[in-house]
Amino acid sequence: MAYDKFDILKTTAVPLPIENVDTDQIIPARFLKATERKGFGDNLFRDWRYNPDNSPKEDFVLNNPTFSGKILVGGKNFGSGSSREHAAWAVYDYGFRCVVSSFFADIFKNNCLNIGVLPVQVSAPFLEKIFEAIYADPKTELVVNLPEQTITLTTTGESESFDINHYKKDNMLNGFDDIDYLLNIKENIRAFAEDTPL
Amino acid sequence: MKKTLFDKVWDSHVVHKIENGPDVLFIDRHMVHEVTSPVAFLGLKSRGIPVMYPGRTFATADHNTPTINQHLPVKDPLSANQLKALEENSKAHGISYWGLGHEKNGIVHVVGPEYGITQPGATIVCGDSHTSTHGAFGAIAFGIGTSEVEMVLATQCIMQQKAKSMRINVNGKLSLGVTPKDVALYIISKLTTSGATGYFVEYAGDVFRNMTMEGRMTVCNLSIEMGARGGMIAPDEKTFEYIKGREFTPVGADWDKAMEYWKTLKTDEGASFDKEITFDAADIEPMITYGTNPGMGIGISNGIPKAESLEGGVATYKKSLHYMAFHEGDNMIGKPIDFVFLGSCTNGRIEDFRAFASIVKGRKKADNVTAWLVPGSHKVESAIKEEGILDILNAAGFELREPGCSACLAMNDDKVPAGKYAVSTSNRNFEGRQGPGSRTLLASPLVAAAAAVTGKVTDPRELMQEELV
Ligand code: SF4
Repeated sequence: MAYDKFDILKTTAVPLPIENVDTDQIIPARFLKATERKGFGDNLFRDWRYNPDNSPKEDFVLNNPTFSGKILVGGKNFGSGSSREHAAWAVYDYGFRCVVSSFFADIFKNNCLNIGVLPVQVSAPFLEKIFEAIYADPKTELVVNLPEQTITLTTTGESESFDINHYKKDNMLNGFDDIDYLLNIKENIRAFAEDTPL
Repeated sequence: MKKTLFDKVWDSHVVHKIENGPDVLFIDRHMVHEVTSPVAFLGLKSRGIPVMYPGRTFATADHNTPTINQHLPVKDPLSANQLKALEENSKAHGISYWGLGHEKNGIVHVVGPEYGITQPGATIVCGDSHTSTHGAFGAIAFGIGTSEVEMVLATQCIMQQKAKSMRINVNGKLSLGVTPKDVALYIISKLTTSGATGYFVEYAGDVFRNMTMEGRMTVCNLSIEMGARGGMIAPDEKTFEYIKGREFTPVGADWDKAMEYWKTLKTDEGASFDKEITFDAADIEPMITYGTNPGMGIGISNGIPKAESLEGGVATYKKSLHYMAFHEGDNMIGKPIDFVFLGSCTNGRIEDFRAFASIVKGRKKADNVTAWLVPGSHKVESAIKEEGILDILNAAGFELREPGCSACLAMNDDKVPAGKYAVSTSNRNFEGRQGPGSRTLLASPLVAAAAAVTGKVTDPRELMQEELV
C-alpha cells in the first residue's frame, strides 16, 4: 500500500514514557476484525485511552490537549508482542509519522517501515532529554531529518543521528514499498522456485 | 566456512541480495488466517496481481472462531465477515482452505506440523508472531505483518535483514513437574522480553535433545516472547519419525532425497554465534508469571520480586503490579484464581491434555473456577477422545470445547472478565490480552491443572507427589 513520502518532519511530539508497550496495548485484539485498513486510529491505545463506558480517561496523554504532534515518543522496548501490523496502522492512522524510542521490538519496527511510519531509535540519555524538554514545554519541536538521519531538539539544538537501512531509507524517501521492488525481479524468483520443491 | 543451522537454511533460500539492504528470501510455505490476511488480499486486488504460487499457501480459520456450536453460523457479524473473506479469497486464488467445521481445522501452528506442512530446512511464515513454533523441526519460521503477507502472496518472497545468531543451551535433567513451558518461561524471565531482539535463536543441549517434538514446539513457540525473530532446534531421528507419513510429507524417492538434505541440518562443530548463553536444568522449577509481560515470571515457590531488585523501569514495574493487584514480595502460591485456560498454539496439543489430565484425574474441578479446555485442532480433539482423556476430564467436572485460539487473544466470546484472574497455558499476559481488564498468570498445563482443582495457585508437585506416595 502506497504511503506519503517522508523527508524532513518538524513537529511537536506526544510523550508516552512507558516501557515495554506491547502491540496489544497499541491496538487490542478485539479491534482486529476489519477486512479493510480503515479507522484504526480511533482505537489506538483504546484501553488506556477510554473507560469501559467509552468516556475518555483524562490522565492519558492522547486525551490531554497540551500534547500533540506527529511524533510519538515512547519508552524502551516499544512495540513488543504480537506481530499485528494493525498496531502500526493505528499509529499512522491517528496521525503519527514517526515513533521515537530507545529500543524497538523487531516486527513492529519492520511493520512501521513497511507502511510509512519512521521508527527512530535514540540513546537512552537522549530519550530522557526529549521527555524532559517536552514536559518542560509541550510546544517543543523536534526535527527528524531522514536524508541526514538526524533527530534534533529545537530548544537546545541537541542532535543525534539514527540508523536506518539504506534500502528502507530509499523506500521511505520515495514512498515505495517492497512489493514494487520484488515484482521487478519476478523472473529471478521464478527460476529459484523451479529449483525448490514444495 | 563453518555454518550454523540458521545460516544453512537462510543462505539456501536467498534469491537475491540487495546491497546495504535486506535479503530477498524465498518462502517455501505460507500459512494464512482470517485476521491478518484480508487487507493483504485487498492489496493484491488493487495492484491487479494474482497469488504467485497458491500451492505454497495454506489457509485455516482460528483466531476469532467460537469454541462452542461451531456447526451454527458465527454470531458476531465482524468475525463472520472475516471468515467469509478468507473463504472467498482462498477460493478465488486457489488456496487450500481449512475453515470452520473442516476436519483439518485448528490453530495454524498446530495443524501445520500435524499435516506435515512443517518440514526441516523449510522457510515458513505466517501473519502471527508464534509462527516461531515451526522452528522445532529445524525450519526458519517467523511471524510477519500484513504488508509482508501481501508480499508473500504476490511474490513468494519476503525482504528481511538476516538476524544475528544466538545459541541457548540448557543442560542436565529437568526435575519432577518441570515441563517445556517452564523451561521457556525460565529463559524468558532471565533474558527479559527484549533480551533476544534482533536474534534468531538455536536451542541446544540435552534438555532439548530429550524433549518430545511437542515440547520442542512449545519452546520454539515462546521464542518471540524474548524478542527473538524465531527459534529453532536441529532435526534428529525424533523429528524424522514425527513427520514421516503425514499428508504433505514427501514419500518414496522424494523422502530419501529430503532426508539427505535434512541430515545436514545441524550447526557445524566450531561455528560461532553472536551470542551464547547456557543454563542448568536443575535450576528450573515450575514457573508462573505475576506481571503483564511474559518476562515477569518466577519459580512458583518464590515471592514476587521487589522493584529495587530489578534493572530500571520501576514506574513501569509498579504500574504492572498495580494492574494485577499484586504486591512486591507476595507469594504466588495460594492466590485465588477464577479462570483456567488450557489451550493455544503454545500448549494446546495432545501432550498438554495428557499432562492436565494426569493431575485432575480422580479430583474435582474447584467450584470457583471456570475452565476452558480448548484443543488446538480437531486432530487433538479426536486424540483426547480416543485416549480416554475426555472421560477423565468429564469425571472431574470439566468440559471440552471445540478447537481454536480462543482465550489466547479473546477475539471470540472466551473472554476473562475485568479484574478476574486466569491461569493460562497460552503465551501472553499483557494487559487486557484475555479480555479488557483481565489478569493473566501464564503457566504450564500441570500448574493450570493444579489451579483448576484447588481454585488457587498451587504447586503441581504437591499433587504429583501425593500420587507417588
Ligand atoms: S493461539 Fe494465540 S498465539 Fe497461537 S496462533 Fe492463536 S492467537 Fe496466535
